[in-house]
Parts: sequence; C-alpha cells; structure tokens
Amino acid sequence: MEARGARSGSLWTQALRRLLRKKIAVACIVVIAVMYLAGIFTIFRSPTPYGFNDQNIRAEAVKQGPSLSHPFGTDRLGRDLLTRVIYGLRTTVIITIAAMLTGSLFLGIGLGLISGYFGRWADSIIMRVGEVFLAFPGLLLVILIAATVKPRVKDWVEGWAPSLESFTGIDIIQLGIVDYVVIFGALAAFSWVGMARLVRGQVLYVKQSQYVEAAIAMGASTPRILVSHVLPNIISPVIVVVSIGMGATAGSEIILSWLGIGIQPPTPSLGVMIFENGNISVLRTDPHLILFPVLTITVLIFAFNLLGDALNDALNPRTR
Amino acid sequence: MGAYIIRRLAWTPILLLIVALITFLLGTYGPGDPVEILQGQYNNPEVVERIREQRGLDRNVFVQYGVYVKNVLQGDLGESFKYRDRTVAELIGKRIWVSAQLGLAASIISLALGIPLGLYTAMKQGTWIDVTTVSITLFFMSLPVFITAPVLLLTFGLWMGILPIQGWGGFFDTRVVMPALVLGIPGVAVMTRLTRASTLDVLSQDYVRTARAKGLGEFLVRRRHILRNSLIPVFTVVGLSLATLVEGSFITEAYFGIPGIGSLAIESFFSRDYPIITALVLIIAAAFVVANLIVDIGYRFLDPRIRY
Repeated sequence: MEARGARSGSLWTQALRRLLRKKIAVACIVVIAVMYLAGIFTIFRSPTPYGFNDQNIRAEAVKQGPSLSHPFGTDRLGRDLLTRVIYGLRTTVIITIAAMLTGSLFLGIGLGLISGYFGRWADSIIMRVGEVFLAFPGLLLVILIAATVKPRVKDWVEGWAPSLESFTGIDIIQLGIVDYVVIFGALAAFSWVGMARLVRGQVLYVKQSQYVEAAIAMGASTPRILVSHVLPNIISPVIVVVSIGMGATAGSEIILSWLGIGIQPPTPSLGVMIFENGNISVLRTDPHLILFPVLTITVLIFAFNLLGDALNDALNPRTR
Repeated sequence: MGAYIIRRLAWTPILLLIVALITFLLGTYGPGDPVEILQGQYNNPEVVERIREQRGLDRNVFVQYGVYVKNVLQGDLGESFKYRDRTVAELIGKRIWVSAQLGLAASIISLALGIPLGLYTAMKQGTWIDVTTVSITLFFMSLPVFITAPVLLLTFGLWMGILPIQGWGGFFDTRVVMPALVLGIPGVAVMTRLTRASTLDVLSQDYVRTARAKGLGEFLVRRRHILRNSLIPVFTVVGLSLATLVEGSFITEAYFGIPGIGSLAIESFFSRDYPIITALVLIIAAAFVVANLIVDIGYRFLDPRIRY
C-alpha cells in the first residue's frame, strides 16, 4: 500500500488507533480478554474458593439459585456453577486457540499462499481437496471422525502413556488430553478451507502488483517475497475472518460436547453443561443451570463477531 | 460457458465418489464391531461369522466399497444394522421429508423477513433505523441454535405458554413454528445484512442514476433496476444456507423431538449404525454439491454479465 507521509505512525499503528477509538471494539476486547484470562488462570489455580468437582449433595446445597456465595447457583451435585463455567471457559480457550493456530493460521494461510502464488498443479490439488472437504456436511463428518478415530488415538496413547508417566509424573490420560487433541484436530481439518480460499484470492490480486514485480526483478527469494511483500498486504481480511471464526469454533466445540463426543465429564465444558441441562424438565424447574452457561458463550461469540465487524471497519482501506 | 458447465458436471460424480469412499472407510474402520452390537451380549462367534459372510463384511474393503457404490446407484442404500429387515432407504425416506418441510419453513422465515428488512434498511442508510437493525442482526447472527432453542422454549413454551413445546404434526401444524423460528433466525440476520449490502452497492451504480435521470418512476426504478440486481448475491447464499440448515437441524430436532434426519443421525451415531450414517452423509453431501452446482449455473442466467 502507498506511503502515508502526512500522518504519523505505520499503517498498523494507525489501524490500531482507529480501532481503539471505537468504544464497542474496546468493550469487546475487554470482554474477550477477561474470559480468556479467566480460562487461562485456571491452569495455575482456581480463582474461586471451590474446586470444579467439589460436590456437596446435601438436599439444601444442590440446585440452589444464584446467591452471594454462589453467584451462578449450584448444580445437581451441589457444585459451584461459576467455578464450573470458568473451568468450562478453559476448555473453550484451549480448543479455539489450538484450532485457530493450526487450522486457520498454519494450514489455511500456508496452503492459500502456495495455491495462489505458485498456481498450476499445486493450486488445482489444494482447491480440489478443499472442495471435497466443503462437500461434506461438516458437523456430521466431525461426529464420524470423533467417534471412529478417537478410540484409536486413545488406544495408541495408552500404549506409551504409562512410560511417560513413570518418567515425568504426568498422567496425560487423566488430564483428558486425548479428548482435546481429537476435537481440535477435527475442527482444524474443516476450518482451513475457507481461509485458504480467501488467502488465495487475495494473493492472486497482490501477485500482479508492481511492488511484487519489483521484488522479483531485484532477485528477492520466493520465501522473502511471500513473507515480507505478499503477507502484510493480505493480512487485514485474514484478521477479520479469524475474529469471526473464533466465535464459530467456540460454538462448534459446544455442539460436539453437547453430542457427548467432546470433552468428557467431570472435566467441565460449557457444551456438556448445556447438554446435561438442555431438556424441558430442567428448564421448567431450574433454568439457571442452563441460562448461565448459555449466557456466557453467547456473550463471547457476540463479542468476537462485533470485534470482527469493528476490525473490518478499521482495516478496510475503502471504509476509512 | 458450455465448457465450464461440462467441467463442473464431470467433476461432480468424482467428488461424490471420493466423499462416499471417505465415509465408507471411516465407517468400516470405526471402533465397535457392528455385528457384535447387532448380536448384543449373547454373541456367538459362529453366528457372528455367518452374518459377516452374509453381509459381505469379510471381504476386501475396496470390494465392499465397489459393491456399496453399485447398490447405491441402483437405489439400494443397504440394510440397517439395528432395525432389522428395514432398508436404509425406507428409514431415511420418511425422515428426509420431515426435515425438508422443517427446512422449507425455516427458509421461508429467513427470506420473507430478511429480504424486505435488508431492502428497507438500505433505503434508510445512515438513519437510526439502519444502525439499530444492523446491530440487532449481528446479535442474532451470533446466536447458535443450541442457545435459541432453550431460550425460545423457556419464553414462548413455558413462561408465556402460547406455543406447543414438542412434537411434529407436519407443515401446517402449530408445532412447526418454534423449531422453524430457531432454525430461521440466524438466516434472517444473514439475509438482512446481505440484501442491505448488495442493495447499497446497486444504489450507487450508474444505471440506477440513468434510470432516474430519464424520468422513470421510483417504483419502476426500484423493481426493475434495484431489486433485480441486488437479489443476485442473495440467490447464491440460498444454496449455501442449506449447509447451515442441515447442521442446525441436528440440535433443533433433538430439542423439539422431531422425527427428521437430524435426530436419526444422532440415534445411529450412538448405536454405531454405519449404513445409516454413511447413507446420510452421502445424501446430504450430494444435496450440497447439486445445490451449489444449480446456484453456480443459475447465477449466469440471472446475470448474463458473469463470465468464467
């Protein structure tokens, strides 16, 4: 893009300034940051005085409505719902970040760059494979993969996990790492296609520009052209799509856990909470059991979408 | 134009064969022996072996795949493992009809509300009506089905008690209203935003200015010049929204107890009834591929300016 001498700062600091001037965007960033930090914080210690599986099954302790000591109430085993929602957010945080990094950013951008820049057979193969992925009813195939591949991965891990445990003292099966890996793998496998198509289209456009031609004429290496000339110029739409995609991935993880093939209890997951309480009788008697997890995830997804919209305004040169 | 259509038509069956192969392999190498599930806990190795032989499960996977494809082409989708003596085609047929009606109702809601709302807000661009509608639609777009279903159930079904909660009675029954709303709401938001964006695009075109300049009445300008052109992008999304409808139906049908393919898929998933899952994946994938083919080709008849 052209140099802007009149205003100070690079293109990116200008975009950031435009973004921070929007109150809605700042609010979204704060909401997302609070939720993600709460989720990450649980890896070190619980921020509330309760553990996520502290049961208290006396009649007066279970299914309490919201109160001062239990802001979100308690569930049918007398566990503090706020604690479980925060631990559920940890699951969401891990899955969304892992799926985004591997699927959208690594596979999506990488394959999109290759497809757009090199063209020819690489382009044909990548795009045809993408079409195969798009032809599947995504959720149904993820269900099938999670159901068929997960037990095999589990068997395989159980083969070498004990020796790892005796060596490091970490029991990775107990931690439920297999569940996480399979779910994020299945989600990543589907999230790359859209990103690769977007990047490819952008690359095709940028490739014809004079600065890329100039870089080639000056003898710059292909990786250098891709990283320092092509990538910075196609990154704005990518950021917007990532923001909206994070919300969508969070939703998909919920659906998978909802179907009982995602994160297994007692590890808390918002999807499992919504699933366990998603029936008429619970809605009739204790709506708080489902409303708080639902509200949490709605706010998160809405924040991601709003932020995506604001980012689009801030980064898109046409709408300045 | 002819070459493009031929290329697309030639690629479609190959695509479907690959899709069928992947699902078939996943199903065959999945955990849990379907024949043992069929037998329950009293399985007798001899009987298991005989059933295996009867159903051709002991042969090479690729031979099994070839047989499967041949049968599918003849309209035979195999037999369910769980419901004995009932063909998959029989089981799926009735339920697809139910899901199709639900999907149609949801699409009618999205289109009938979304398109007029989008046109209206585009005409009022920049006013508070426009700004409010755009933010509200963004909110509804971010509501997944698993959120709208319980919330609608709570408010309309339990607290206000004006709509029936569960069951299915066909397209002209009040029980269709809530699930169709749940499935249709995200569509309303998408259609509104899309129609608004494309209308704004059309409004600034030269031909609209020309039409007004030559003294054409506002009604004709809107109908012939604006509406026709702004609906072309909307048409493409109608094809793509099929995917969203199918995914949404899994959860919606489970919540509202509707006997459609969504609930059948989940049921078969838990009972490892692979012939049904494979058939469902195949049918839905075929529907996606054909819908997108129709959209891509139909697009060019709607807008002769498009050249590939």
